[in-house]
Amino acid sequence: MLRIPCPWCGTRDEVEFHYRGDASVSRPAAEGTPEEFTRYVYGRENPLGWHLEWWLHVGGCRRLLKVERHTLSHEIRWVGAPDQHPSAESPPQPVPQRAP
Amino acid sequence: MRGPARIGQGLLTDAARRIGFEFDGAALEGLAGDTLASALLANGRQLVGRSFKYHRPRGIVTSGFEEPCALVDVIGAAGREPNRLATTLPVSEGLVAVSQNRWPTLKLDVLSLNDLLGRFLPAGFYYKTFMAPGWAWERVYEPLIRRAAGLGKLEAIVADHAAPAEIVHDHADVLVVGAGSAGLAAAQLLGAAGLRVLLAEQDVVLGGGTLLDPRWGAWREETCRRLAALPAVRCLVRTAVLGAYGHGVFGALETLCPEERARFGGLRERLRIIRARRVLLSCGALERLIAFPGNDVPGVMLAGAALRFLRCYGVAPGRQPVFFVNNDEAYEAALALAEAGVRPAAVIDPRPVGLGAARAQAAGIEVLAGTVVTRVFGRRGVRGVRVAAPGRADRIIEADSLLISGGYTPATSLGSQLGGRLEWQERIAAFTADPPSFAGRNAGAARGLVGLAAAAENGARAGRALAAELGCTLPPLASGPQLPPDRSATPLAPLWEVRAAGKAFVDLQNDVTAEDVRLACREGYQHIEHMKRFTTCSMATDQGRIGGLVAGAVLAAALGKPLAEVGQVKPRPFAEPVPFAALAGGEVRGHYKPRRRLPLHDWHERSGATFVNTGLWLRPLVYSGAAGWEPVLEEARAVRRSVGITDVSTLGKIDVQGPDAARFLDFVYANTFSSLAVGRARYGIMLREDGMLFDDGTTSRLGPTHFLVTTTTANSAAALEHLEFHLQAVCRDLDVVLTDVCDQWAQFAIAGPRSREVVASVVPDLDLSNAAFPFMAVAGAKIAGIPGRVFRISFSGELAYELAVPAAAARTVWEAVLEAGRPCGIRPYGLDALNTLRIEKGHVTTAELNGNTSADDLGFQRMLKKSGDFVGRTLAARSALTAPERLQLVGVRAVDRAQRLRNGMQLVAPEARSSSLGYITSSTPSVELEGWVGLALLAGGRQRIGTRLLGSSPIHAESTELEIVSPHMLDPENTRVRA
Repeated sequence: MLRIPCPWCGTRDEVEFHYRGDASVSRPAAEGTPEEFTRYVYGRENPLGWHLEWWLHVGGCRRLLKVERHTLSHEIRWVGAPDQHPSAESPPQPVPQRAP
Repeated sequence: MRGPARIGQGLLTDAARRIGFEFDGAALEGLAGDTLASALLANGRQLVGRSFKYHRPRGIVTSGFEEPCALVDVIGAAGREPNRLATTLPVSEGLVAVSQNRWPTLKLDVLSLNDLLGRFLPAGFYYKTFMAPGWAWERVYEPLIRRAAGLGKLEAIVADHAAPAEIVHDHADVLVVGAGSAGLAAAQLLGAAGLRVLLAEQDVVLGGGTLLDPRWGAWREETCRRLAALPAVRCLVRTAVLGAYGHGVFGALETLCPEERARFGGLRERLRIIRARRVLLSCGALERLIAFPGNDVPGVMLAGAALRFLRCYGVAPGRQPVFFVNNDEAYEAALALAEAGVRPAAVIDPRPVGLGAARAQAAGIEVLAGTVVTRVFGRRGVRGVRVAAPGRADRIIEADSLLISGGYTPATSLGSQLGGRLEWQERIAAFTADPPSFAGRNAGAARGLVGLAAAAENGARAGRALAAELGCTLPPLASGPQLPPDRSATPLAPLWEVRAAGKAFVDLQNDVTAEDVRLACREGYQHIEHMKRFTTCSMATDQGRIGGLVAGAVLAAALGKPLAEVGQVKPRPFAEPVPFAALAGGEVRGHYKPRRRLPLHDWHERSGATFVNTGLWLRPLVYSGAAGWEPVLEEARAVRRSVGITDVSTLGKIDVQGPDAARFLDFVYANTFSSLAVGRARYGIMLREDGMLFDDGTTSRLGPTHFLVTTTTANSAAALEHLEFHLQAVCRDLDVVLTDVCDQWAQFAIAGPRSREVVASVVPDLDLSNAAFPFMAVAGAKIAGIPGRVFRISFSGELAYELAVPAAAARTVWEAVLEAGRPCGIRPYGLDALNTLRIEKGHVTTAELNGNTSADDLGFQRMLKKSGDFVGRTLAARSALTAPERLQLVGVRAVDRAQRLRNGMQLVAPEARSSSLGYITSSTPSVELEGWVGLALLAGGRQRIGTRLLGSSPIHAESTELEIVSPHMLDPENTRVRA
C-alpha cells in the first residue's frame, strides 16, 4: 500500500487519494488537431521506471498532487503542486516523511 | 517402553493444572500450557492424521507454525473449524478435536488404497485423466473430486456465530519481527534510544531459540524485564507478521489467548495494520527435512522440534530415538534427551566425526559417521531404520522415533516481499534476502548467522545502526548478564536426498515426493515456479517451509545446475492462514458499507417507505410495504393529476464562485453558461475528454460570479473530481473556488398541475405567476420562514418547482409543504414513481447516460456549442461518434398493451431474432398512456421511429412486439412545464 506525502496534509495512506493518470501529458491548445488530442487522451509511455502522475487527495484537502513514482518499486521520490516540476530548482530527493 | 511420553517439567507447562480434552473420541489429559501436539505426545500418541493424496499415516513433524501433517478439526459450540495446527492449538478444558481426511477411522482408513495405487497418482496425474467419456465429468468425476479434495471438513457456519474480530492500526519507528536473541537485543537498544518499537513474536512467549538453551534463561528474563520497563516499546506475542506491503506498511494477525478472549468480550483475533519507518527482520531460520524413503512415518520429527517439546513441554518424542542429522546444531537435541534420561540409540551423520559428534560420543551416544538412513520401518509408527555407509554392510537399528535435520533455512519471505534479492550462503547451504536499506535490515539467523550469541550481537549492531539512521543517539547501556558463548561447531554438509527404494517426501502436506520433482523436470516444468505449480510442492498451508528448499535442490540436481541458480519460489502474503472474519473486522452486516441517509430519513421510515440502496444512499422507493406496481402508479398518478412531493437531496450540488466562474463552466460544459442570466437555470451536459457523455444536470446562476452546479446522484463524486481536476491541472490560471454542498442542502421537488398553489402558500414573498417566475427561473426566498432557494425546473414533465433549504431545516419545510398541500391531496412519492414519470417524459438518467453514449446518441448534438473550447470538443467531433448506425435513444411501447416490458430486453427484427439491434434501458407501466412504455438504445434508432420490432428476453422466455416511437412520449411541446 502506498503512503503518499501530501505537501499540505502530510504522509497519508493511498486509500485517501484517487489516481488521476499521467501528469507528463498536457492538454493541447484549443486549436489542437484530433491527432494531438488522441495522443493526449490515449497515448501513454507506460514506462518501467520513474513515472510522473496525478493523485487527487479526495479524503483530505482535495488538492491535486503531482507525484513521481517508480513503477516497479513504488518508491516515491518527488511530490509537488500542479504547477511545479522535478527539475534543477526542485530536484528529486528523498521525500521527507513525517512520523507516521 | 516405547513411544512418546511426558518425562519431566517444561518451561511453558504447569504440572499442577490438569486439563481434560478429547481427541478422536478418546478422553485424554494434558497440562495448562500444552499445545494439542505436546499433549498428544504426552499421552503416547504418534499417529494424528492421514496425508492428503495417499492417505498415509502421519504424525507430528514440527512444534510450530510450519507443521505440515498434524492438522485437526476443532469441534466447538458453534460449529466445526477445520485445519487447525495441533502444534499451535492450545489445549483448553473441554477441547474436542478430531483427525482429518480419514474414513472410517484414523487407524483404518479405506482410502489408504491410494497409496497402493501411487504409481498411477503421481504429481499432475489429473492433467492426464478425467477426460473421457464427456458425460462422466459432471456426474461422476466432479462430485468424486470435490469429495476427495481438501483436508478438513467445512460445515456451514450459522451467520450469528461469526466470532468478532477487530482491526487495529499501529504506528512505530521500528517494527522488529521475531523475539529471539537477535530481536530482543535489537529491541532493547532501539527502545533505549527512545524510539517507538513494536516487537512482534509469533510464539506464545518471547525468547525464540533462547527457550531451548537453559544457559540463556537469565539473559532472556533480564532483557524481557528491561523491555517491559520501556514505555515506548510494545511486545506482542501470538502475533504473526503476515506480509510486507511496501512503504513501511505491514499486516499482522494477533490471536488472543483464552484469558484475553474472555477479557475482550469473545474477541478472537486482531488484524493489525502496522506502519513503521523501518523494519528489523529477526525472524530466524527454520529447520528443514531430508528426503529419504519413509521420511513421513509417524515418529519422524525434526530434531529442533524434539528439543522444543522437551524443553517447553517436558515431552520426549520417543523412548528409543535415533537421530539423522547433517549439522552440529541438531546434536543439542540428542544431548538434551540423553541428559533427561532418554539416551538416543544412535546419531547417523553423513559427515565425518566433528565437534558435535565428539560431544555426543563423550556423552555415551553412538555416532555413525559417514552414514545415511535409507529406509524407515513401520507404517503407523517408526519401528526401526536401515542405515548404509559406503564400504560397510547395512545395519538395522531399532527405534520408536527418528529425529532428522537437514540444516536451517533463513526466513526470507518478508525480505523478498520488500524487494530484497536472494543471496546464496554457502556456509549454511541456503538463501538469505536482505531488505533494501531504505526499508530496514536483517539480523541474526535470518541473515544466515549460526549461534544465539552471534545473533544477539548482530541484533544489537543492527539496532545501533537503525537508531543512528533515524537520528537517535544511544545512551550508555547498563550492562546486563553475559551472553553465554556459542559452542564451536563443525559446519554442515548439505544433504538433500537419499536415493533408495520408496517414497521420499519433499512436501509432506501435499504428498509431493522427490520423484515427482524429477517428473516435473522431465515434463518440461524446469523453472522452479513451474515445478511448484505442476507438483503443488510448497502450495499447502505450510507453504513449503520445511521442504521447499529441499525440493529446489532435487530440481537443481535433475537439471545439473547449482541450487544457487535455481533459487526459491517467490513468497507472497499471507504468511499464515487468516480467517476471513479477521479481515472483515467490525465491517460486517450493517457495518459493511457506510450508509448515507437523507436528512428526512426518519420521516420516510415512519411513513412506511420501502428503502433501496443506491450507491451508499438509502432512498425511499415507494411509500408502501405492499409489493407490485399499484402503490407506485398511485403516487405517479397523484403527480400527474394534482401534486406530489419527493426528496431529491441526493443530487450532487457544487457551489462555483469566482471572477472566472462563467468561463470555467463554459469549459467543462458542452453548452454555454456565460450567457445564462442571473436568476435562471439551464440544463447542461458534460463530456469526457474522449468525447463521450459524462454527466448532466441543471446549473443555476445565482449571481454574476456565482453558480450552483447539480449533477446526477450516481456521478456526484466523479463529477466533483472531474471539475477539481480540470480546475487545478488544466485551468490553473482561472480564479474559481469549488465547494461541495451536497450534504448542506436538502432539496424537494413539488410537481403536478397544482404545484404552484402549494409552493405559493409556503413562499409568500415570491411572485410565482408564470410571467414573473417562468420555466427555469431561480430565486432566493423564505420558504416556510426558512431562507432557501426556489428553482422552477421539472424532471417529471409536469409543472414543478424544487425547493432547497439548509438540511437542518428539512423537516420544518417538508411538513409545511405537506400541510399546505393537503387541500390538493398532496402525496409524497418515491424513486419508483419518479422513474415512471421521467421515462414517460423521455428524460435520461445514468441508465442511458451510461458512459458508452455520445451526445448525438441521446439527441443532444445541437447542445454542443459551436465556438469556444470545452472538454471533449475535439474528440466528440470524430465521425464515428455521430455515425447514423450507432445506438440512439428512442422510446418503445408494447403493441399489446397488456404485455410488460423489461429492462435489458434485446431489440431484434422478427426475421433475425439472434441478432441484437439494441436494448431497453428503462421501462415502466405508464400512467399517462396505456400499457408499458420504455426508453431504449437502438441501432439507427432515429431512422426507425414508426417501425415495429420485437423485444426479446430469452432468460424469461418472453418476446413482445414493440412500437418504436420518439422518446418524447408525453407533452412534446412542453406546455405543462411552461404553464
